[in-house]
Amino acid sequence: MQISMTINGTDVTREIEPRVLLVHFIRDDLRLTGTHWGCDTTNCGTCVVLMDGQPVKSCTVLAAMADGHTITTVEGLAHGATLDPVQQGFMEEHGLQCGFCTPGMMLTARALLDHNPHPEPLEIREAISGQICRCTGYATIVRSIQWAAEHPAGAAPETTTSESTEHEVHA
Amino acid sequence: MQIPAPFDYVRASSVDNALALLDRHGAESRVVAGGHSLLPMMKLRLARPDWLIDINDLYELDYLLVDGPVLRIGAMTRHTTLLESDDVRRLFPIITDAEHVIADPIVRNRGTIGGSLCQADPAEDLSTVCHVLDAVAVVRGPAGERMLSMAEFHRGPYETAVAQNELLIEVRVPIRAGSGSAYEKVERRVGDWAVAAAGASVTLAADGTISKATVGLTAVGLDRNVTEVEAVLVGQVPTEQLFAEAGQLAADACDPLADQRGPIDYKRHLADELTRRVLRVACSRAAASVPDVTIQEG
Repeated sequence: MQISMTINGTDVTREIEPRVLLVHFIRDDLRLTGTHWGCDTTNCGTCVVLMDGQPVKSCTVLAAMADGHTITTVEGLAHGATLDPVQQGFMEEHGLQCGFCTPGMMLTARALLDHNPHPEPLEIREAISGQICRCTGYATIVRSIQWAAEHPAGAAPETTTSESTEHEVHA
Repeated sequence: MQIPAPFDYVRASSVDNALALLDRHGAESRVVAGGHSLLPMMKLRLARPDWLIDINDLYELDYLLVDGPVLRIGAMTRHTTLLESDDVRRLFPIITDAEHVIADPIVRNRGTIGGSLCQADPAEDLSTVCHVLDAVAVVRGPAGERMLSMAEFHRGPYETAVAQNELLIEVRVPIRAGSGSAYEKVERRVGDWAVAAAGASVTLAADGTISKATVGLTAVGLDRNVTEVEAVLVGQVPTEQLFAEAGQLAADACDPLADQRGPIDYKRHLADELTRRVLRVACSRAAASVPDVTIQEG
């Protein structure tokens, strides 16, 4: 069958088998391998992408079900050379170690902040409760998302990768 | 890599179209809504439909409507919508409580009340909630609509009264003034199925006594309300001693299995403890509730 969707702002049309899962369509057909493929059972959340702005686990959505919808993957988070504040937050607050859960975590964070720009730490923890990180113990992920909430326009370019003064405010 | 067996896929454009597709493709066709039960089953070959009829475009079934003495919930209403609804929280906090512990926030973006009820998993929370609230399931088929009580609708684990050529389209929940309700679940970790859960709905009379009380249990082998507790509770003023009595009756009434989530005595203990807790919260919510909606007697 033929499906079309908008992915990271680009319209794509492909011929697929109906049983193809969205995660495999994104990774194998579109070669966007930033979306990770983990447990296959809707538990780990590393395959999270945004469908019409809402986080979904792409191992449990058929590519056919995304036909006509808008998908955002981690590759679509940055605006040109400027990283999304969520991506900057993960750098500033060391929100990752091995990086496997990171794409899904960042997309959920983006959707959370779009919905609720000033989340409480507990709300952040709840938002990411369907995603598993085996490295960080979650504390730095929560702080990364808080950083993004506190810097909705991102950091000034020169402070993006260095110790910023804002960093000390909430450390 | 878990991939479903091959199937043909078609999108329904309306309820009538979905019914026509079910009729055309027959016994080997299945309806998919959120897909968070069916797709995992298809990956494991526990389900192997020839045709998948996608009803996610049926926005006509995605609504929450306070309609006189009834809350009408469209079958395609997502868990997230139910969780975030102020009307639901005000009228039926048991639904909000349950939605808060169903799967995880991302799964809740996809899953629907209709899908949950039709899946009828024995550890599924909304079946218990709908039993407790005396909800009515509206089922449409080629011959028109049928209204089913939860006792008629929910036949047991993974089995409902919805025929192959029918669709659950709406859930109707009667609004009762002076009522309070609550749900609580014990789970091993976020998103897991319940070890056990309980829900209660209580209506208080003007003199502070209980005029109606319903308790239901999840995942402990009881596909009906704990009717045994009603006689004990009705006509009484709520007290801890009364809740303890009801808890004991619930523990006796359930029939849990020992599995990786715990032994039988632990699950009976949870049935007892959770029954006490939800009755305590439901009674306190009933006492605090302001009757600002049309009253339905009974």
